[in-house]
Parts: sequence; structure tokens; C-alpha cells
Amino acid sequence: MNAPVKIETTLKDWESDQEVRWCPGCGDYAILKAVQRTLPQLGCDPANTVFVSGIGCSSRFPYYIESYGFHTIHGRAPAFATGIKLANPDLDVWLVTGDGDGLSIGGNHMMHVLRRNVNMQIMLFNNEIYGLTKGQASPTSRIGTPSPSTPGGSIDRPAQPCAFALGSGARFVARGFDVSKKLPEVLSAAHAHKGAAFIEIFQNCIVYNKDVFHDFAAPKGAEDNQLWLENGQPMLFAKGEKGITLDRDLLELRVVDVVDGDWEAAGVIVHNVTNRSIAHMLVELPFGEYPMALGVLYDDPRPSFEETTVAENERLSQGKKPDLGALLAKGQTWTVDGTAQDPV
Amino acid sequence: MMATQTVPERPDLSGQDAITVRFAGDSGDGMQLTGGQFTLSTALAGNDLATFPDFPAEIRAPQGTLFGVSAFQINFGSREIDTAGDAPDVLVAMNPAALKVNLAALKTGGLVIIDTGEFTKRNLEKAKYDSNPLEDGSLAKWDVLAFDISALTIEAVKEFGLGNKDALRSKNMWTLGLALWMFDRDRQPLIDWLNAKFAKKPDIAAANIAALNAGHAYGETAELSGPLKQVSMPPVESAPGLYRTITGAEAVSLGLVAGAQLAELKVFFGGYPITPASAILHHLARLKEFGVITFQAEDEIAAICAAIGASYAGQLGITSSSGPGIALKGEAMGLAIMVELPLVIVNSQRGGPSTGLPTKTEQSDLYQAVYGRNGDAPMPVIAACSPGDAFEVAIEACRMATQYMTPVMLLTDGYIANAAEPWMVPDPESFTPFPAKFMDSLPDGETFLPYERDAKGARPWVKPGTPGLTHRVGGIEKHELTGNIDYSPDNHQAMTEARMNKVHGMMVPDQGVALGEATGDLAVVGWGSTFGPIHQAVRRAIRDGRKVSHIHVRHICPLPANLGELLAGFDHVLVPEMNTGQFKTVLRDQLLIDCESLTKTSGQPFAISELEDAIGVYFDGISGNEGGQVDVNDEQLPSPEGGEE
Repeated sequence: MNAPVKIETTLKDWESDQEVRWCPGCGDYAILKAVQRTLPQLGCDPANTVFVSGIGCSSRFPYYIESYGFHTIHGRAPAFATGIKLANPDLDVWLVTGDGDGLSIGGNHMMHVLRRNVNMQIMLFNNEIYGLTKGQASPTSRIGTPSPSTPGGSIDRPAQPCAFALGSGARFVARGFDVSKKLPEVLSAAHAHKGAAFIEIFQNCIVYNKDVFHDFAAPKGAEDNQLWLENGQPMLFAKGEKGITLDRDLLELRVVDVVDGDWEAAGVIVHNVTNRSIAHMLVELPFGEYPMALGVLYDDPRPSFEETTVAENERLSQGKKPDLGALLAKGQTWTVDGTAQDPV
Repeated sequence: MMATQTVPERPDLSGQDAITVRFAGDSGDGMQLTGGQFTLSTALAGNDLATFPDFPAEIRAPQGTLFGVSAFQINFGSREIDTAGDAPDVLVAMNPAALKVNLAALKTGGLVIIDTGEFTKRNLEKAKYDSNPLEDGSLAKWDVLAFDISALTIEAVKEFGLGNKDALRSKNMWTLGLALWMFDRDRQPLIDWLNAKFAKKPDIAAANIAALNAGHAYGETAELSGPLKQVSMPPVESAPGLYRTITGAEAVSLGLVAGAQLAELKVFFGGYPITPASAILHHLARLKEFGVITFQAEDEIAAICAAIGASYAGQLGITSSSGPGIALKGEAMGLAIMVELPLVIVNSQRGGPSTGLPTKTEQSDLYQAVYGRNGDAPMPVIAACSPGDAFEVAIEACRMATQYMTPVMLLTDGYIANAAEPWMVPDPESFTPFPAKFMDSLPDGETFLPYERDAKGARPWVKPGTPGLTHRVGGIEKHELTGNIDYSPDNHQAMTEARMNKVHGMMVPDQGVALGEATGDLAVVGWGSTFGPIHQAVRRAIRDGRKVSHIHVRHICPLPANLGELLAGFDHVLVPEMNTGQFKTVLRDQLLIDCESLTKTSGQPFAISELEDAIGVYFDGISGNEGGQVDVNDEQLPSPEGGEE
């Protein structure tokens, strides 16, 4: 695998000639722009970039990016992306999926792409609803979500995407939201991670599930409910007036008040992106009682699947010649006069 | 120790130009291994052969039970062999259950070799015998050679200090030694094989060799004193060249590697464990030096999707499965058709529907292959007729997929996958290459059109990573040139037709006649693994002066262009298949001809006699079974008329 050559592009270079067909006001527009802003910053090459998606509103994404794009079938994008990376590990692969596509019909593939650690960026747009099929409750819908398929409100417990990812063995887990100015930073961190980088992006479905993330993701006035995590920095929020501490007896995170900026005195802990135990706590923090944990929650790389596959295939090929003639004549052979020959 | 019964009309094996032997025992008795090694020794002796491994779906069914019986049949001779044989001449029964399950198939007067050591009260009960068949006279129709193989094996390996249980594991080698003596075979290749297999356990190798030698020595002694006679089968006349034995699963794997080389592509194989298709994954996993990537996916769907992803990225994506797995792959096949990427899908068919008969053979996925997807989703389908043929068919599948930018379904079945036959090793230099073309640039000033078609109807293949040719593909209907999303009525009509025309316009070789004249009273039309029994039955019918021809179809979709015309030259068309008449439907559908079915869905291949009977119906209504010599197992008989559905 060669180090990718960085090239200079602008946002315009990443805009395809396709008319964007999301609903006016959809959070997807903001995510698209954030991605198109980030790619030039990373020096990415459109010719070497592949966007792979499944089915759903989010999965129309590849059509709008000027790069190679593969809009596949419902839930299976991780499997296609795995094949692409194994066939050509040098390609820069971005996977676009949603809560229904990635966690319901494609939950199995999501689990395996994460545990195998295939090197790609996985953007899961979570709007807690099925948009393209007109508003049914999704696997991340909160209990009580009214929808055409749940007229009395949904009754099944929602999945937690980041907890699922971490439980599946993900080595990079991050969160952001559609209109956040910090989303490009999160995407850049994901891109820098070698291996499967899982990013949950809260996305406002303006038609079927409007403003469900308003309390922490509103364009203005929700900042106090955002806990932006930064490696090596104390876990502070609400303008530094609050922080997160670890109750070492109960092994749980707590919100504490920080007086006069003295976070150490308040016992606020410092974020360490390689601490898997704390990451498990962060992805499980119930919003309301706690702020929404955002940014890079966990980042601790391991060798990627395609890297180990290439190495293993080289190991198994060592000292062997790809001689088709010899392969066809392998094993015990004989000539028509019945003389047995030595095994090749 | 030796108990023999006198039998009238004992057949003289030494006078036959072909002999069928069936080894049967408990799943744990190593009958498949015994059969495999006997096959190799047969091949080395220069006989032509065909085999039929028949084993239960359970890995180790409870010992001694009827459903735990595993059998391996081999038909070998000094003439061309097309089938694994109808009724065995010799049955080796390692326990009462094996005897009970297989005895009915044995020819009247045939030889049955029995291990009396296993005929205990308990084992007889497990096999549901009310009385001991060795004592109640029920074996009078056959020539019985019964002795305590178990005790003889334990005696033979005594010096190695193995416990009884371990010692008895060499029972199959003892039996094989006897069989090698019976057919005058060289033991050395097998001894070499045992030494290589147990290189790290020399004691086990030595014990097995001792058992093998003991079985062989027993034959020599028994010949002096009793009914056992040595039979020598002269080698068959075959074309000069280098030969080996090959199973269908091996041949498919080698054919895919060869096909990819001819296309100048690397193989990406996505698979998921399923019987009887897994063997292909296993074979390819050992061929990394050929640039083969094997990916054991999380499920059948991921296996095909990853293969399509690899094709998208510029390799030759391949997946394989059996019926239930193929069903799961259906949606992804539709996508491959829609985005027009090369892909080879191998279906090793087994009995269905649902889980069906995992280890038994059937041809019942033909509808699934030809018609089984949502939307108008045309896909080429080709079928292998024998283990060796699977090699060529796999190359052909690679050619079609890469030249026409389409998924291709390759049909084999459980019989082809597991059965072995001698195979003349081809010279790779004799293959015609068909290098895949990738578009890597555009002439100045031209716009890239990802769906602009060439004369064959194929669109350009562009690897991601190619500068200047970025584009998007997907499963939504797309504009006939740009590939941009386009639902417009005229465009969908045009694209549906373009996909259909591409597949139905493919060049496939003209249909020939496998045996017989190009016109006549009856054409027996087959596809897939029924080739062998149809060929033999037609050969016999022709010998009897009947105007019958065997037509074997490899290209199921599209059908050879001249097939309709060819079949019009016959008064009747009979289509034998191991399903309820699926290819018959395709022929009626595509050619608007009257054809009749002969169907069988017992999980067993056709017996030659069954086909002779069916052919006979067209001639004076007389059964074609040659003087009733073949004692067919009733359970395997189809209705002679074949039934319409």
C-alpha cells in the first residue's frame, strides 16, 4: 500500500453535476457540504476516492460527490466496500449509510466490517427514522415514536450506534451532527485513522422526525449540552462550568460543577482516546442527565484487514511459483500406458 | 470364521468389461476415504472410471444407524465409463446398517463382503433387523463372503500397541487391501500416500500399512481355499497424454484460476460455508500464489456483494454456493446485472427446496438460475456435465462474464462436485486468451459515457483510481449513456431491452449432437450431470437399431441459436432431469416445441436402466432394459411415462 499522494482541490472539484434531490432543509445538505469542505483539506484525489452507499436518503450521497461512487443495495454497503478494499487497498473508501440501512437490514455487515477493521470511513447518518420509505420507526427511534407503522408509538428499544460499533470491535468511534462546524474536524480524524472509522452523524429529518436532536444539535443555543471531547483535554462543557468525573467506586461517569475554571479540583478527567473502558461509558451516557458526548470518543488503531490479508497472502505464496501447467498436473498422475508418476 | 453360502448363477466378474463396487459403512468408518483411494488406484491401473460418493448430512450420525450409512460407489472398466454404474457387482458392507441400506441395489448373484465382527445383537437392532441376515437365509440371492474383519484388523495392528478403538480405525485400510488384491492393484502408491499423510505420526502410518497388507494377504489366502477370485481389468484405450483424477469442485476451482489468467485478471472469491459448495472455497484458499484472494464472508449476501465490489475495483469477482445460498444472493445478482459488472456465480445444486437434501444431488435450481430474480434480470447460465467438464465450463463462464460485462451463473451439482473421474491434463498453452479491457483514458474533447455500449452490448469497465473517468453506478435505473439516475419511461424501456439484448445476443457455440444422427425418431436432451447415464442409455438404444440421439446442452441461457432447428428434426424430444421438468419448461418457453419430461427427485442420479426404460416407451411400448439383467432398486424407479409435472 502506497502512501496516498496529496493533491490540491477545492470544494467545487467535489461537486458532481447531479441535481441534489433531498428535501429542502434536510440535514444531509449540511453533511454533504462538510464532506466536500473536508476532502480538499485532506488533499484527497477524486480519482482515488470511492463513496459506497446502501439504500435510503443518506445513500444517495455518492451521486452528489465528484469521485467514484457505488450506490449498492439495502444494508450491504459494508460488504461491497470490503471487496473494493481487498481488491485495491490503495483506494480511499467512504461508506455512507443510515440508521435503518446500517443497523437494521445491514446490522450484520456493519458488525463484521468493524470487527475485521477494514480501512474506511463509515458515516452513519442517524435521523432515527426511515425517511425514504416515508417515515416508519427505525432501530434508533426512541420508544413512543409515532409513525405510520407504529401508530400507537414505537415500543421496541432503540439501538445505540456508537455502543454497537464499540461492541463490534471498532477501533475508532466518533460523533458529530449535521450543522456542526466541528464536523470536518471529526471527519478529518476519521480519515487519519487507519482501519474502520465509525462516525455517527445526527441528522435532522425535517419531514418525518423534525428536531429530535434539537436539545443538543440546534444551530444555536444548544452548545451547553454538547460535550466535545478532545484527546488530552479535560472533559468540560457548558462553557467550562461543568465537567465529567469518574466515580471510582461505582465505576460510572458523573457531571460535576467546575468553580472558577479549576477543573482539577472538581475531579474532571482528561480524555484519553485510547481508553476503551471510558469510551464504553461515553457511548452509553444517557442524554438529558448528561450532555451529548461528541467528537472522537475512541481512537486506538490496529492493523487493518486488507493490510493483514495482503501480508498473509504474501506469506502463503512464498517460495511458490504461479505455474498453471504445474497446478493442473498436481497430485498423482499417470500416462495412458498406466505408469504412475511421482506426485508433482 | 469364514461363512459362505452357495449361490446359483454366480456372475463371472473376470468376463466383464466394467465392474461396479460399492463400499458402505458407518459415517465414522472412513468409506469416502477408502473409495477415494480405491479410485486413485483404479486410475493408476489405467481403467476409465466414474464415482458416486453418497453420504449423510450429519457429520457423525449415531453409530450403527440406518441414517448414518455412508457409501462410495465406483464403476470402472476397460471401456469408456460414463456413469457410476447402476447396480453394484460387489458390495462391501462394514456393518448391518450398511448391508440393509445397500443390499437391494446389489446385482442378483453379486458378491457381498461382510464384516461379521459388527453383526452384534445391538448393531442388528440399530439396523432394525429382526433376525441376523447371516443366519436367516435372506442373503441366498447373493454370493456372501462374511468374516470378522474387525478381529483380523486388531490382530494385524497388534504390534503397534493401539487400543481397540484406535486399532479398528484401520479397518477401512484392511478392507481396501482386500479390494486391491481382488482387482490386482499396486499397493505402493497407497503406502506412499499413508506415509505422507501420517508423516508426523509414523506409528499410525505403520499400523494402517500393516492393516492394508493384512487385507491383501487375506485375499491371497482366501483365493486358495474359497470363493474369492482375483479379477484383472485391462486398461482402457484412451488418448495419449498425462492424466489425473479430478472432482468437480477441484475442476471448477482450477478452471476459475485458468479463466482469470486468460482474462489477465486476479481472482477475488467471496464464499460462505455451505454443502456441497464449500470445497471450491477450500481449494481456492490454497492458491494464493496465483493472486487469488479468498474471503470467507459473514453470510451468503456479503460473499456476493464483496465479489461485486472486487469486480468494481477491477478484479474478477466470483462467488459460489448452493440453492439456499443462491436464493440469498438474488438481490445482489440483480445489482450486478444493473451495474453491468463481470461476476461468476457457481451453484453446486443440491436437493431442495429450503435446506432440502444438503448432501444429495438434484438439478432443481434451473428456474432459479434462469428466472429467479426480481425485475427483468437476464443472466447467462451454463452447466457442467461432469467433473472434468467443469474445468472448461468455468473458463467459459469467466470469458462470458468479462467479455460481456455481466454476471454468469455456472451450474454444477452435488454429484459433479464430489465425484471423481480421470482427466487428461490440458496444456495451458492450448487455451485462447481473452484479456479484459479497462478503459483508462478518453480521447481529447470526448465526454465519458459509462453506459455507452460496444458492438457486443457491453459497457466500458473503468477501475476506480483512473484519473479523469470518475463516475457513479448503482441499482437505480440509469440513463442509457451517462449512467445518471433516470426513471423516465422511454429510458427504462431502452435499458431493459439493452440488458436483454446483450444476454440473448451473446455468441454461444452451435449445438451439436453428442451421440447419434442429427435427425431421428427421438432426441434425448439433457443438461448437467445426467450426461453419463443418458449417453450410455442412448448408446445401447442405437446399438439396438433405434433412431435415437443424445443432445447435451451446455448453454442454458442463451440457448444455442440452432437448437430449435436441430430438435425439429426429431419426432419426439425427451428431457430427463433430476427435477420436476424445469429444462423442459425452458425449451418449451424458448423454442415453442413439444417435449416431454422424465423426472427424478430421489437425490440419486439416474440409473442407465431407468433411461433405457423411458426410451423404450417410444419404440413399440417395450421397455429397453436389456433382458432385465439390471436389478433396479425400486425406490429409485421413476414412472416410465415420466409424468408431465
